[in-house]
Amino acid sequence: MAARIHGGAGAGAATALSTFNPKKLVAPSRTNLPARSSKRCIVAAAGSDASKSLRVGHSQKLIANAAVATKAETSATTGTGHELLLFEALQEGLEEEMDRDPHVCVMGEDVGHYGGSYKVTKGLADKFGDLRVLDTPICENAFTGMGIGAAMTGLRPVIEGMNMGFLLLAFNQISNNCGMLHYTSGGQFTIPVVIRGPGGVGRQLGAEHSQRLESYFQSIPGIQMVACSTPYNAKGLMKAAIRSENPVILFEHVLLYNLKEKIPDEEYICNLEEAEMVRPGEHITILTYSRMRYHVMQAAKTLVNKGYDPEVIDIRSLKPFDLYTIGNSVKKTHRDVPTPYAGTLEEWTVVQPAQIVTAVEQLCQ
Amino acid sequence: MALSRLSLRSTTFLKPSSLRRHVSTDTTPITIETAAPFTSHQCDPPSRSVETSSAEILSFFRDMARMRRMEIAADSLYKSKLIRGFCHLYDGQEALAVGMEAAITKKDAIITSYRDHCTFLGRGGELVDAFSELMGRMRGCSNGKGGSMHFYKKDACFYGGHGIVGAQIPLGCGLAFAQKYSKEENVSFVLYGDGAANQGQLFEALNIAALWDLPAILVCENNHYGMGTATWRSAKSPAYFKRGDYVPGLKVDGMDVLAVKQACKFAKEHALKNGPIPIFYLLVRPKHQTKPLSSLPIMQILEMDTYRYHGHSMSDPGSTYRTRDEVSGVRQVRDPIERVRKLLLSHDIATEKELKDMEKEVRKEVDDAVAQAKESPVPEASELFTNMYVKDCGVESFGADRKELKVTLA
Repeated sequence: MAARIHGGAGAGAATALSTFNPKKLVAPSRTNLPARSSKRCIVAAAGSDASKSLRVGHSQKLIANAAVATKAETSATTGTGHELLLFEALQEGLEEEMDRDPHVCVMGEDVGHYGGSYKVTKGLADKFGDLRVLDTPICENAFTGMGIGAAMTGLRPVIEGMNMGFLLLAFNQISNNCGMLHYTSGGQFTIPVVIRGPGGVGRQLGAEHSQRLESYFQSIPGIQMVACSTPYNAKGLMKAAIRSENPVILFEHVLLYNLKEKIPDEEYICNLEEAEMVRPGEHITILTYSRMRYHVMQAAKTLVNKGYDPEVIDIRSLKPFDLYTIGNSVKKTHRDVPTPYAGTLEEWTVVQPAQIVTAVEQLCQ
Repeated sequence: MALSRLSLRSTTFLKPSSLRRHVSTDTTPITIETAAPFTSHQCDPPSRSVETSSAEILSFFRDMARMRRMEIAADSLYKSKLIRGFCHLYDGQEALAVGMEAAITKKDAIITSYRDHCTFLGRGGELVDAFSELMGRMRGCSNGKGGSMHFYKKDACFYGGHGIVGAQIPLGCGLAFAQKYSKEENVSFVLYGDGAANQGQLFEALNIAALWDLPAILVCENNHYGMGTATWRSAKSPAYFKRGDYVPGLKVDGMDVLAVKQACKFAKEHALKNGPIPIFYLLVRPKHQTKPLSSLPIMQILEMDTYRYHGHSMSDPGSTYRTRDEVSGVRQVRDPIERVRKLLLSHDIATEKELKDMEKEVRKEVDDAVAQAKESPVPEASELFTNMYVKDCGVESFGADRKELKVTLA
């Protein structure tokens, strides 16, 4: 099997290295790469398929194990810090940004009084009031458009889609207005919105509620896409996304909301355009993001036992794509296994660790 | 009013007729009745007597003449292939743009659809910027990257310029939301057409705007044809001003600039005077709080009965779905510029010759602007990649052929 690179691309390929914003708030990056090379790799555009879930697999156990595994692997940066769940990390990030900037507001269905369908906005309405945490009626097209219109004047709305699939109803607003207004107005208007929501395969949520829409949004120019996978990067990406002047779509995953991790007490943000090195290695590069990260780490354990040394990168930034990190990694290992979020039946829907191990072994022959 | 007439007459006698009389710049208020009454829904209509002044009516004439000339110039530029793509002309509807401007300030926001050239002009846009944008030149209001359907002017709170029918309505309600959030005493006028009036997102946005008491004023520019489909063929109930149900509505003669001004003034006052009703959050358990039933929403729907002489766009002749007699009939009876001309003449604010001279001046102004716009350079190739992202994040982008065009967005 020839080595190939998997990635999504917008209009053409993307190498993404923004000069890392030297804010003192940023905690040390978890990558341990040497200085980035300027060589570029060609990226083939590829999309991920929508997933349909049917039967419950035994993923529950896997996730719990994987979370523990990850926790052990990624050491906390300092001894101090506090432990929390992923949705709490998102909430913390959101709350800190709302405290910091009065222009930040949240709008979505049941985000206010109800506290959010996944509790990400719990308590915010009590603290900030109804004008900053807005319960909208069920009209994704309209409230997404409203968020974009408000952003044109300088507000920074965080628009929550209760499920990413519902945002398909707002696709016109996201694609035509959100993505393009900065360009068609010749730079007059910026649209600093954050559109966030959970997607992905859950527990028998049904076909319509289990979609992954990254590939649909990939082709929209002008927006950035990131996917969080740990409480640490969830909070960091949420904060960075809110501070960014560009429209950012933050993909969360239903099954990751209860992941527990210790995160630093001090304020930090994550770079929106950077990938995360999860496990450095020599033999092969495995690219992943969101929930698949845990499956991959599970597989990595097996691989290590079998004598391989995989390098695992959580790409985090889906658009633009951090090809520097990935390129350097692949140059080092010369092999790559993509783990797209594929889709057939539940167990086969989600690439299982065993399959990853098999794929790696095949590649390494 | 009689006094001011007398004073005008006296100055006429004093000056020799060979010299051009200085056209009236009188700002003394005069009151003129609108040609037709307002029809209202869920509210009391405003008075038909409109307060204005000679200077203002003269400015109406000049502005509308300029808009009319601009659209006609755009027509001929399109036919000579200097403007390509889509070009939606506003001639016939000038009274709407001009009347609205007279009632509001540049801090109030306006957002409209793709038929935006005259609205842009009304917001203070320059003719040369408009023509440059139409021809895709750097001097254009969007640096030539928007085109006919994407005119914007941020400093005048003009938010465009949108190609997708109806998509600007939620955006407009978002503008109103931002105004309420920032506690500004301004309103947002959200313009859409009779075709867009059947869009679901209008009703979604209307519901939210009424629920959250946003200072949004929805203005339906009813020119009776959604491209080629007449209103009676697309709407079961073409009373667009009533579609808000509980939202007050007003039907206005959109060809009468004074009626438009009165209606917009009325709507703005209603939105600001009544004030947004605070959404109470009662911190009382159990969780089911009840919001006190608000009285009439502060927002309104204004339906402007207007007409466009051109087809829907330059690729539409405009004669397959309506007769030429109909178009010329409207031109003879309801033309907004002719109305104002008659007003000016009957009130002795200007003479026939002065108005003709003014039109000549405007024509020259437009021709000069066209010439200037033609001189403006086309955008550089590098402009293709600017303004994709703010502080473009180092993404590399390609043109159609990677070997030919490759750039890092920085």
